[in-house]
Amino acid sequence: MRWGVIVFPGSCDDQDVFNCLKREMGQKVKRLWHKDALAGQFDCLILPGGFSYGDYLRCGAMARFSPIMHGVVKFARSGGLVLGICNGFQILCEAGLLPGALVRNVGLQFVCQQVYLRVEETDTAFTRGIGKGQLLRLPIKHGEGCYYADALTLERLRKNRQILLRYVDPKGKPLPSVNPNGSLENIAGVCNEARNIFGLMPHPEDACSKLLGSEDGLRIFSSIAAHHGAGEKRHA
Amino acid sequence: MRDAKAQLFAPPEVTPELVAHHGLSPEEYRKIVKVLGREPNYTELGVFSVMWSEHCSYKSSRHYLKLLPTEGRQVLQGPGENAGVVDIGDGLAVAFKMESHNHPSLIEPYQGAATGVGGILRDIFTMGARPVASLNSLRFGSIDHPRTRYLLSGVVAGIGGYGNCIGVPTVGGEVYFDECYNDNILVNAFTLGLTKKKRIFTGIAKGVGNPVIYVGSKTGRDGIHGATMASESFSEEKEQRRPTVQVGDPFTEKLLLEACLELMEKDYIVGIQDMGAAGLTSSSSEMAGRGDSGIEIDLSRVPLRETGMTGYEILLSESQERMLLVAKKGTEEDIKRIFNKWDLDAVVIGRVTDDHLLRARFDGVEVACIPIRALTKEAPVYQRPAERPANRDELEQLDLAKVEEPKDLGATLKTMLGSPNIASKEWVYRQYDYYVRSNTVVAPGADAAVIRVKGTEKGLALTVDGNSRYCFLDPYVGGVLAVAEAARNLACVGARPLGLTDCLNFGSPENPEVMWQFSQVIRGMRDACIALKVPVVSGNVSFYNETDGKPIYPTPTVGMVGLLTKVERAVTPWFKSAGDVVVLLGRTREELGGSEYLKFVHGCTKGTPPWIDLKLEQAVQSCCIEAIERGILRSAHDISDGGLAVALAECCIAGPDKPLGVRIATREMIRGDALLFSESQSRIIVSVQEKDLAQLEAIAAQHHAPLQTIGSVGGTRLIVQPLVYLPVEELKSIWSSALEKRLR
Repeated sequence: MRWGVIVFPGSCDDQDVFNCLKREMGQKVKRLWHKDALAGQFDCLILPGGFSYGDYLRCGAMARFSPIMHGVVKFARSGGLVLGICNGFQILCEAGLLPGALVRNVGLQFVCQQVYLRVEETDTAFTRGIGKGQLLRLPIKHGEGCYYADALTLERLRKNRQILLRYVDPKGKPLPSVNPNGSLENIAGVCNEARNIFGLMPHPEDACSKLLGSEDGLRIFSSIAAHHGAGEKRHA
Repeated sequence: MRDAKAQLFAPPEVTPELVAHHGLSPEEYRKIVKVLGREPNYTELGVFSVMWSEHCSYKSSRHYLKLLPTEGRQVLQGPGENAGVVDIGDGLAVAFKMESHNHPSLIEPYQGAATGVGGILRDIFTMGARPVASLNSLRFGSIDHPRTRYLLSGVVAGIGGYGNCIGVPTVGGEVYFDECYNDNILVNAFTLGLTKKKRIFTGIAKGVGNPVIYVGSKTGRDGIHGATMASESFSEEKEQRRPTVQVGDPFTEKLLLEACLELMEKDYIVGIQDMGAAGLTSSSSEMAGRGDSGIEIDLSRVPLRETGMTGYEILLSESQERMLLVAKKGTEEDIKRIFNKWDLDAVVIGRVTDDHLLRARFDGVEVACIPIRALTKEAPVYQRPAERPANRDELEQLDLAKVEEPKDLGATLKTMLGSPNIASKEWVYRQYDYYVRSNTVVAPGADAAVIRVKGTEKGLALTVDGNSRYCFLDPYVGGVLAVAEAARNLACVGARPLGLTDCLNFGSPENPEVMWQFSQVIRGMRDACIALKVPVVSGNVSFYNETDGKPIYPTPTVGMVGLLTKVERAVTPWFKSAGDVVVLLGRTREELGGSEYLKFVHGCTKGTPPWIDLKLEQAVQSCCIEAIERGILRSAHDISDGGLAVALAECCIAGPDKPLGVRIATREMIRGDALLFSESQSRIIVSVQEKDLAQLEAIAAQHHAPLQTIGSVGGTRLIVQPLVYLPVEELKSIWSSALEKRLR
């Protein structure tokens, strides 16, 4: 499977995603510079975390205008798999590829901690390898991760089962007390209606080895790889 | 047109008042005249002012710094460069350094702290190393002081704002509160970078005709005379100093970092240096000084972001995110191409010469011509008078008979866990990204942080330490203890020390009592470094941390880096499972002098700091490290502030999972409060599975480390018979919420 990791000026987690895919999973990965046009064949594109353009304006508001984003939008609209992590999620929302927005954490502070997440839906490439209701333990680290959408959008998200991850307690309950940033309904990750674009605030790439405390991040990447493998078989 | 306005302002005439305003003494001025053979002009006066400032010249400290041991087989680069570098094997090396940003952070906490982080990061990647971990050591006034909350929030947000944005994890640190910092906070920032052993860059200018290239942000008027400001005490007018604080732009620094590291893959660079304190002036003269050459700069070519700047301002600006490099002739265009990719300026502004002069031209006119050695090697060095403070004898007197022992020591333990100096610092470190780069094996909250070294089985342990109360009561012993505790923290995760960097924060060197404290601390640190075989590879001195004649406690902060041969063996402080045996390495004595208990419960800072035997210290550390390397320790935790009781409580409650109880019984025949809260040194609480106890005893015997089995893990209470009997859930709730509650 061919992965592309987009490098914006100010991306910080690009190298971590790259290492995770390449070293831990032995995948074929290419780093893509934001000033270039999207060239080559890819099966999944990842927009990594960081502070694109310093995020001095609204998070992700500048990066959506990077030259490579034309290609990304085209790729996504034609059904290609796109994963946005943290700043990548913010960029996908700014680019209109995902519904809703990520605003300042309710506590007004940057938050770095481990969280538990419950997998809400499994009929996507990103979560099919993980059972419904299963828990993942991943780190979050962001200042603007409070998920917001208007009532109508939220209703549509629920109806179309686009909410893929929620912040929960260790027993799997989405209590307000374990909501780290004030996100509506404890939402940590959503997909688009066509289910090929996924954005999440937690960082799977930082939970890819037992040594670092959790391998749960690998389950998301493996799920994508398994989905792709199954697709290849179907085509063959 | 750009400079038409500047031309209208004739440079001021150099008068005695102007000289004094530049922080130069009449005697120093006479020395300048002698070196130049003439009166300096206004621009040259500015150059001397910053280069001869305490901050840049180390004029009061240099004499003592020479005492510190700097050699070791692993040392690739000792003090004198942008950072120290040590060998970690496998063809790899680490560069690290700590630096203070105290004065700016008091004036403008967010930007002061942020640019402190930015500056230390540049010091590291200048050496060719990619920054992989940062730490910080912070000191604030009493938590009840009206400005503390503002300063703490600002500093923490500033450190996070810069470090998070540039993508370097902040993996640990320390935060202390004491009234002695009410008017002078301390912000010490540490960064470690990783590089190949064969690819280390230094700040050197050589090769006549080689181009001098300016890269990074454009130059503005910010931070002019920052170095001079940092070399003065504060008084009422400190608020007026706000314009001398620089403004940070982590995004540009991120670009600069990536561009520099990309450039360093090529073979274009002769030398490179960060434009930090004293900006273009210090970087150019220091580089020429190291290369024993001269340097010629055309200030008209410096990229500016403001109009009408004078040569004086361009030379002295401390605008952030700038580097100066000397390149091999003919590589200019290739270098520009790399910086253009990252949307950064790269401009040839001068060349290396062989006349040993710093020459600066502006609009075709020479505005400065100064012998390099006058700014570097021959800058003034002072052996300032030192005098033992008069109140020392009185301070040392502590009559424990007059210290009433609390009736309910359990209640006292609860009080102690709520002390801002002991309570969990999660409120602080959760504002830092400590995961980025995916190396963090032991996160903040442990004795030392541990990161893995990708591509090897190794790990690096990092810690910052310093107890200024001990240094205040006995600066020599305080200096010893700072080094010993840092090494002990490394031992608790299983690492052997590689080297040390320090920030020496003191009051005014012109005060003989401060100078005495300084000389004693250095001697203490030296003796501990020699005994524990830890070389000092870099460091920084910050004097003038005093306001209206009142200095801070002498505060040496020690940053230490250690190596784990097998990172998977790293151990954390908290208990792991019920049934494990709890063992105390070391001995508890009745030592309450200078303790957190005496201060927080009895409001008294007196007595002598705990006694230390460096041989015993080494025995305890070696025993702990060997037991970890053999894989038998489940946990290890240094006993420090708050003594045995606080350390035990932390073992029970500081872990990420549900707290675990413990039942303890010890044999010491000392008063109860001393048993629980004495800060006797060279002690580590470890836990092992019962089956491994005999092996641990054998290791301890072999190293001559005192060992005592004191209890076992289990239950839901912390029990120290017959003094303490408390539910761990309650202790956890006090300890984890205390800081946030006090700051609300």
